[in-house]
Amino acid sequence: MVRFVLSRIGQTLAVLFTVSVIIFALMRMIPGDPVLMRLGDDFTQEAYDRLRGELGFDRSIVTQYFIWLGQVLRGDLGDSYLNHERVSRLVLEAFVPTLVLVLASVIVGILIAVPSGIVAAMRKDSLWDWGSMGFAIFVYSMPSFWKGIILIWIFSVYLGWFPAMGYVPPWTNLSQGLWRLVLPAVTLGTFFSGLVARIIRSSLLEVLDQDYVKAARARGVRRAALVYKHALANALIPVVTVIGLQFGALLGGAVLTETVFAIPGMGRLSVNAILNRDYSVVQGTILVGVFAVVVVNLVVDLAYAFLNPRIRVA
Amino acid sequence: MAQPLEADGRRFDPEEVGRPGPAATPAGTSRTSLGRWWRRFARNPGALFGLAVFVAIVAMAVLAPVLAPYDPIAQGVGQPMEGPSSAHWAGTDSFGRDIWSRIIYGSRVALIVGIVAVLLAMVIGVTLGLISGYYGGWIDVVIMRVMDGLFAFPIIILAIAMMAVMGFGVRNVIIAVAVGFIAPFARVTRGDVLAVKEEPYIEAARLAGVGSLAIIFQHVLPNVMAPIIVQGALRVSGAIITEAGLSFLGLGPPPPTPAWGRMIAEGQTFIVMAPHISTFPGIALMLAIVALNLLGDGLRDTLDPRMRR
Repeated sequence: MVRFVLSRIGQTLAVLFTVSVIIFALMRMIPGDPVLMRLGDDFTQEAYDRLRGELGFDRSIVTQYFIWLGQVLRGDLGDSYLNHERVSRLVLEAFVPTLVLVLASVIVGILIAVPSGIVAAMRKDSLWDWGSMGFAIFVYSMPSFWKGIILIWIFSVYLGWFPAMGYVPPWTNLSQGLWRLVLPAVTLGTFFSGLVARIIRSSLLEVLDQDYVKAARARGVRRAALVYKHALANALIPVVTVIGLQFGALLGGAVLTETVFAIPGMGRLSVNAILNRDYSVVQGTILVGVFAVVVVNLVVDLAYAFLNPRIRVA
Repeated sequence: MAQPLEADGRRFDPEEVGRPGPAATPAGTSRTSLGRWWRRFARNPGALFGLAVFVAIVAMAVLAPVLAPYDPIAQGVGQPMEGPSSAHWAGTDSFGRDIWSRIIYGSRVALIVGIVAVLLAMVIGVTLGLISGYYGGWIDVVIMRVMDGLFAFPIIILAIAMMAVMGFGVRNVIIAVAVGFIAPFARVTRGDVLAVKEEPYIEAARLAGVGSLAIIFQHVLPNVMAPIIVQGALRVSGAIITEAGLSFLGLGPPPPTPAWGRMIAEGQTFIVMAPHISTFPGIALMLAIVALNLLGDGLRDTLDPRMRR
């Protein structure tokens, strides 16, 4: 187990290193002189040379990378070109609403997926099965940003049940916060539920097909009791894997969903930064986003190994 | 938003999660004639539906000037924000432009980005995968570590970063989307090359003095092509969703170019008065995605024996 954990951590560090090189290279490909951008219009040649030296732009590209990496590792992502705030602060502030949305979506997704997966598996090939699986494919194929607009139209404009947009942190005002989170979380959560429902259905079907289950059935154990007491726990383990595999997709989906519901998260921060050519903010959002994806994948892999001892050897 | 992917770059199939091994059926590739392939393909109603809708969208894109009742960027061809009518089947937007004509022309952007980006990613990814798998050694390590890094980026976030670097426009959207899809192609290709290069006929060719490049392109590539084609078909919908996402965020082709994502975004402002502005381009987008997914699944089931259910 220790070896497995260490090797997974090693792989993660290797991926993070490559990611940092890719992001550094991308940011250096941006047209324009970063020294000039900091100086503004009015400057002398000495000032230019001094700043160029201070920023390390007169050194080799490899040295520049390590200077940059050192800053990033210390949590120094630079200042916003627009309002001179620390990028690390801006990004962390924006990351919280995005993470809240992703977590809420995972919860909503599981709340929808578990019952519909169970129903579909227990009544295989019935109208229930076809209906819930058809719904799963349908909501999964709807682009999240369009789904969000349709939900606003139905539930905010037409029925008036939920606010159309805005964000209140759930820890400052729980009821308001959760109330405003319902539509965005349903938007993104249904995407996730479509996948999870299909997994639960197929893994339940597999378990229900086992000989010991058939034998128990023959002895008169009720099917529902079998599902809830034995099969379901096993069927839920793969869901952990899906959260890991899909975290990147969920984060990407959150960026778009936020835009629909005017949630001040990573999506809005990065898009505004691009439109304003505020590249250190762009870089910060991407770094933190990819870092989160890589770390979540590590955690999920380790959790999965803990839940399912069979794969620890691999 | 982006299509779900498994770590090895094949499209994520929920049915496979939690099973002991990835390949339930052993690889028994037998060449079937086109006719036999078609009969198998045609047995799948979903795939046929997907093919029909896809052909319809391609026809729409090609014949756009003939099919579109109005100029897609001409303002004031109707009253602003008119609902659907016999004159304007999908209504008009806030500039009085005909939404149906814009949907028809929007299919061009969607298809061009979807197909060209995937082809570009395929050419680069497959080349890298061939080199990586065939030569092995340090070059394999370098290429695959870079692919691991690229793979860690959520597609839309990588595309956003690329748009920031390159600026807007259809060509840059294609490049941005393509970069996001290189890694899966490289991984799938490399995996298959590793298996194929151990085959006796490759050894025979090598002993006969055939050069490496000739072996790679004449003997290895044709034998790994089927899963690559399947992968390509499955990726087109992901590329179209990513393009729509970028243009929804305002990072796609600049206005007034009709792009479905931007049309959906423009309609959001008027959702109370004129919900049709967002609804119709959204339906077009969803139909295209469903059709391509069904078509890709059908191709996978008939072309790639290992992934057949």
